Amino acid sequence: MIRFLRQCYTITAKDLRSELRTKEALNASLAFSLVILVLFSFAFDPSTDQFHDFSGGFLWLVFAFAGTLILNRSFARELQNDCLDALVASPVPAAALFLGKAVANLLLLMAIEFVSLLAFAFFYQVNWTTHAPSLLLVMALGTWALTVIGTVFSALTVNLRLRELMLPTLVYPLLIPALMAAILLTTDLLSGTPLGGDNLIWVKLLVAFDVIFTAVALAMMDTVLVG
Amino acid sequence: MRNKILVGLALVSAVLLTWNIYKIFLVMPDELNQGAIWRIFYFHVPAAMLAMTGFGIGMGFSVAYLITNNLRWDGIAEGVIEVSLVFAAVNLVTGSIWARIIWGVWWAWDARLTSMLVCWLIFAGYLMLRRAIEEPTQRARLSAVVAIFGAVDVFIVWKSIEWFRTMHPGPVLSIRDGGGMAPGMEALMYWNLLALLCLAIVLVMVRMRQSGVAREIDSLRRLAHSY
Amino acid sequence: MNALEITGVSKYYGDYPALRDVGFAVEPGTTVALLGRNGAGKTTLLRIIAGLSKPTEGTVKIHGSDTRLEITRRKIGVLGHGISLYDELSAIENLILFGRLYDLENPRKRAEEWLERTGLARVRDGLVREFSRGMRQRLAVARAFLHEPEVLLFDEPFTALDDRAIAVLQTLLRDAHYAGRTIVMSTHQLREALEIATHVTLIQRGRVAYAGVRQQEMVDDPGWLYRTYGEG
Repeated sequence: MIRFLRQCYTITAKDLRSELRTKEALNASLAFSLVILVLFSFAFDPSTDQFHDFSGGFLWLVFAFAGTLILNRSFARELQNDCLDALVASPVPAAALFLGKAVANLLLLMAIEFVSLLAFAFFYQVNWTTHAPSLLLVMALGTWALTVIGTVFSALTVNLRLRELMLPTLVYPLLIPALMAAILLTTDLLSGTPLGGDNLIWVKLLVAFDVIFTAVALAMMDTVLVG
Repeated sequence: MRNKILVGLALVSAVLLTWNIYKIFLVMPDELNQGAIWRIFYFHVPAAMLAMTGFGIGMGFSVAYLITNNLRWDGIAEGVIEVSLVFAAVNLVTGSIWARIIWGVWWAWDARLTSMLVCWLIFAGYLMLRRAIEEPTQRARLSAVVAIFGAVDVFIVWKSIEWFRTMHPGPVLSIRDGGGMAPGMEALMYWNLLALLCLAIVLVMVRMRQSGVAREIDSLRRLAHSY
Repeated sequence: MNALEITGVSKYYGDYPALRDVGFAVEPGTTVALLGRNGAGKTTLLRIIAGLSKPTEGTVKIHGSDTRLEITRRKIGVLGHGISLYDELSAIENLILFGRLYDLENPRKRAEEWLERTGLARVRDGLVREFSRGMRQRLAVARAFLHEPEVLLFDEPFTALDDRAIAVLQTLLRDAHYAGRTIVMSTHQLREALEIATHVTLIQRGRVAYAGVRQQEMVDDPGWLYRTYGEG
């Protein structure tokens, strides 16, 4: 078990070091999210009261789209120089490879999301600090859902010609329940409603989604990687 | 032998469908509130049942392929999921027509239609993935993984969208407008389910034969090109 | 116990057989040259032995255990077509990474040793992206040998190497052979391979055409093998 975690950590550290050194995906993702935020301002009038009903939806659309850039890169970066073969041939279990990458993706995505959140609050005068801890919890749960599915499918599509097209096509429909829950919770939290009572069911849904698909991903990773 | 079963089932299906259509359109009376359009449920509901069952069965055959490495199971899985997608589309289209006649809108975001749409998107992704992979073994392996993720998600999708709609009630597509169905109506529904089931099996068998031939051609082509 | 035991291995892509009923054994300490034309199935076979691919039928055992087990993968070193190194990491970072993945006790120390042995100590902190081709190849060799694997699997290791890299690799292979390690290397460069090989396996159209000791005729005239056992 300790060894498993150590191997996960080695993979996570490698991915983060690689990404932070080049910052290719980070910059693209951040730029993309800012562009979407600006585009939204043309579609909706931020001064109306109804705007707050959409706040969760906006944010998670931004997170989901910008996140795809990072997730695509996750296994795509291993193709260069045939690094993926070396990783699969090494004693690292496929599950550890998955978990290590998923955690790295989670950290990268949360960093981008946090910056996007600040930009969103700045552009649209949204107060996000009222329930900050709950908001961060929801972001973490929702992002883990995005990351788990995204990382597995990044591995699945890595060798395909149409990788950049297939990843979003496969991932978004699967994520609908989790995104729905995250959107509802975020809208509530940003308009001042705390977690509890009625919206707890969405927290439960997110947790269940995360647990179930993490288990499925860990089980299926070897099948995905070894042909 | 298989041909005999195929033709036999096709005949049974044709006879049943003809008899049912006769009964549906000429024998059954108009419904109190809905008029003539309620008859569309004789196709709308069985189509949903067949589609959902099909997705589950498709997952089963995908698992069978992963365990046995026998491409026949993959061929069946593909056929079953394709036919299920068709029935899901029938369900969506008939639901849409009903909504147009009764409510005047082409689409209503009610729980069941929305869930079916999401399921359709998930498994349409399955088919798109298959088109993107040339090599049969890789195609079978990777699409099996997608089918497993998809089938697990289908369950979550239905539950979560149902919860969403109970909290944010929208229009509900329901046969039981004034209470339960009369016994005569219900029986005919099951007869039509049987007819459509026979049709579904016929379609799957035809599809299986096609994929078997395609596999043979593919391997002959590889053989020819390698020397 | 045999270092490598391949029994009844077949690999199908759809209905097309890339490998058909391949079976042979490799004793510990031997160096096997895996020969065959393009498309014969050498790379497919090597990938299966390395655990990168699963056979449709048959088994592969390395020192008695299945290829996908962790203990087995610890014992093999793989050098494929690509260098399997990260461009944006430095030489030493790359080696320490793989040292950690292979659970070495002191990854840094081992990494430094191998940088010395491959003549890359000077550029330990340089990013792989900036290396010349020969340097990249030498580092790839260091990576493959780093964890002192008992079984080495090389897919066309001499292809496109510069002279210095070839010399380094030949020395290392000879040292490994004398240290009792098992080497399986697929190659087109018959001359370099046959010089150091003790055994030869010829794959033809997915089947084993010859598996046995290297014979003198093969060294004198590399084409002899294809003419005698192959299809010309």
